[in-house]
Amino acid sequence: MTSRWLPHPLLTLFLTVVWVLLTNSLSVGSWLMGAFLGWGIPLLCQDFLLKTPRLRRPALLLRYMLVVLYDIVAANLNVARLVLGPPKNLRPAFVEVPMEIEDEFVLTLLACVVSLTPGTVSSGLSADHKTLLLHGLDVDDSEQMIAQVKNRYEAPLMEIFECSRT
Amino acid sequence: MSIWLELIVSALLLIGCTFALIGAIGLFRLQDFFMRLHGPTKSTTLGVGSIIVASMIFFSSRAEGLSFHELLITLFLFITAPVSAHMLARSAMQQKVKLVERTRGTPWE
Repeated sequence: MTSRWLPHPLLTLFLTVVWVLLTNSLSVGSWLMGAFLGWGIPLLCQDFLLKTPRLRRPALLLRYMLVVLYDIVAANLNVARLVLGPPKNLRPAFVEVPMEIEDEFVLTLLACVVSLTPGTVSSGLSADHKTLLLHGLDVDDSEQMIAQVKNRYEAPLMEIFECSRT
Repeated sequence: MSIWLELIVSALLLIGCTFALIGAIGLFRLQDFFMRLHGPTKSTTLGVGSIIVASMIFFSSRAEGLSFHELLITLFLFITAPVSAHMLARSAMQQKVKLVERTRGTPWE
């Protein structure tokens, strides 16, 4: 799938779509220009791009994105409710979540997803990449929160991407 | 533009503004730095999202054809918001910013 002249096919596709969206026209010209940029940029930057693990289950990725999108909306409503309620009732907490994912790219993805979803902001990753520190706005039970992060967000990512468990 | 589209666009704009306002209120009302981080990372995403959808409907309904470049704003927001929040939290921990006393767990150095 990957070759010397097309090192990151998915990145090429992504950049092409971004370019077409930027020019906001579906003309042949913008597709061609997008394809050219999508081909040239990864080629020039391939030495400092992170190695991404192979995508194993694309369909599952789509489902995961929908779950995350739903959770983002839920998170917004939830945070809005907490913000407007009395601040005295909030129970903020730092929670350490042990990570099983090793790959840097997937870890970044997970940290972003966790920041965007209900009541948690990722605020640190240990130097050995084994623990993620989260700050929760209103944590009822930290064990439950750890379980939610691991089951709802980490486990599907490990299934979607080819990556080893620690 | 039909009256229904106008209604939908107006409703979306109002919803978006409300969430942006709630995010700002959160920044003002919550008690310590880490709690305040939650406002801008969450409430604003839905606020910006609604305004973007309103803009897409508005410009697509006019003669110029479909308009989708607003989607890029969402994409960039989803990439940048968590990263900046993470960096802010890390630097706050290094500065040893004061926490609300009832915070459980300990921040790292």
